[in-house]
Amino acid sequence: MSDRIEVLKTYKTYIGGKFPRSESARTYKVKDSKDNIIANACRCTRKDVRDSLTAARSAFPGWRNRSAYNRGQILYRTAEMLEGRKDQFVKELTNTGFNEKNAGRETETAIDRLIYYAGWTDKYQQVFGTVNPVASAHFNFSNPEPTGIVGIVAPESSPLAGLVSMIAPVIAGGNSCVVLASQANPLPAISFGEVLHASDVPGGVVNILSGYSDEMLPHLSSHMDLNAIWNTISNKKTRKQIDENGALNIKRVLHTVNHIWLDDENHNPYYILEFQEIKTTWHPVGN
Amino acid sequence: MQEQIKYDYLTNYPIDEVGVEERVARLNSRSIKKESKIQALKLALSMIDLTTLEGKDSPGKVIQLCRKALQPHSELPGLPSVAAVCVYPTMVPVAKKELEASDVKVASVSTAFPAGMVKLSAKLEDTRFAIEQGADEIDMVISRGEFLKGNYNFVFDEIAAVKDACGDVHLKVILETGELGTLENVRKASFLAIHAGADFIKTSTGKISPAATQPVTLVMLEAIRDHYLETGKMIGMKPAGGIRKAKQAIQYLVLVKETLGAAWLTPEWFRFGASSLTNDLLMQIVKQESGIYQCTDYFSND
Repeated sequence: MSDRIEVLKTYKTYIGGKFPRSESARTYKVKDSKDNIIANACRCTRKDVRDSLTAARSAFPGWRNRSAYNRGQILYRTAEMLEGRKDQFVKELTNTGFNEKNAGRETETAIDRLIYYAGWTDKYQQVFGTVNPVASAHFNFSNPEPTGIVGIVAPESSPLAGLVSMIAPVIAGGNSCVVLASQANPLPAISFGEVLHASDVPGGVVNILSGYSDEMLPHLSSHMDLNAIWNTISNKKTRKQIDENGALNIKRVLHTVNHIWLDDENHNPYYILEFQEIKTTWHPVGN
Repeated sequence: MQEQIKYDYLTNYPIDEVGVEERVARLNSRSIKKESKIQALKLALSMIDLTTLEGKDSPGKVIQLCRKALQPHSELPGLPSVAAVCVYPTMVPVAKKELEASDVKVASVSTAFPAGMVKLSAKLEDTRFAIEQGADEIDMVISRGEFLKGNYNFVFDEIAAVKDACGDVHLKVILETGELGTLENVRKASFLAIHAGADFIKTSTGKISPAATQPVTLVMLEAIRDHYLETGKMIGMKPAGGIRKAKQAIQYLVLVKETLGAAWLTPEWFRFGASSLTNDLLMQIVKQESGIYQCTDYFSND
């Protein structure tokens, strides 16, 4: 048995519930903290961004129309799956330079975030929705509804907990998303795609791309079919570009830079509200 | 003269299906980029028969479609208008009124489209009615049941009778290839329609799946080519149904160019029967010109 060669994983992308290679067929090297090459990741381009948007758009109606309760069940299932694969993620994180303790915290935080937002899926409407007093014979309700497709630029510093802290509130609220994984360390993100895939999250609700953010971000942020973008890159020029491109079709733009993603302040229902539209309905009442 | 023709509709010409598919696949691998792509997209746009053939069609819908035919996207005023608007006979006057002052033609389906299961006199009546209403082009269906029975002369006579009723009006003959079963039958039906007087041959009604496919289109284009080489007479081609993406449209244009040559690359000799293709072409044109990926929300929904 000692002659056995270990089977290495080919890291691909996660688009539309499948794991294709980048359309460009290009890859880049992922290194650990000592500059050793540990894997090749897909270097995605604008065409992968385009394909992800198409997948996210077609998945959106089905996902938003799931009952809130069912979305909660699915998020909970995702947490269960991640718990079961905890060792794999801890190993992936330690390979890239995390120490054992921090890798454990990173993974556990990700699991806890999923559980947290699983609980919110059928409650945020009650917290953020209102019944409004009006001076006529109508019931008047304001209710949050998902905005559509959210672009997520995941943080470099926290490749798993940060990533999950962003995906969970977005999909808990019924949106679908296109995620640009951490550039330096995309491996946990791609493996998280496998967890989503095994958890009844419909294909296309979450799409995960690896590569150079400066190659993909302009095409993502300018895409007319993207409804919102959540960015963690602190570079001023990048943020300005996102703001300008966001203005093209009035995307919701949220910048959360320099966050310590493991802190408890990073789980709160207001992150769900960031990607909701408020719909007000007038309903006539007799008397 | 009929006896001397080389390609007739009574002979079974064997077709290498694998060969056809390989040729299509090879031509599909052509890469068309930048300026050529913009040219191809605009050309495809100008070849569209913008179609609405639903039981719930209303004058309002037809009017909207005609406006779109004249000016596909108001934010890009320089775009070509489409080739024609294709409607049911009862909607012809509505379309005619909207398009009167333009080059956009009004095409009408007839002969009891899409099934064609009525007697000949009713088909002729249907055709005459459409022409009276002002149709510039007639899209007729063949009797597939009779064709499959081997009753070729019956089908031939029907097409010839409709052609007679059409006079100078352009006649497109729909083979409904999805019901013909084999590529041999497609080739046979193509010759049959051409010899009976078709100005255009058209793949499908759009009501049957599969509708237009590239292998079927290639076989029909080759029938047109063989007829042209033999007689010097050009016949038009119209794939219809199932062509929704700009990329597909460009692949069809490559098929035409490589099989028939550039002379066929005009709306006079090649058409797309489509509706949703228009918006995808427009989105691609805007993408090419602005560099920004587009969203259907910003294009008229019809």
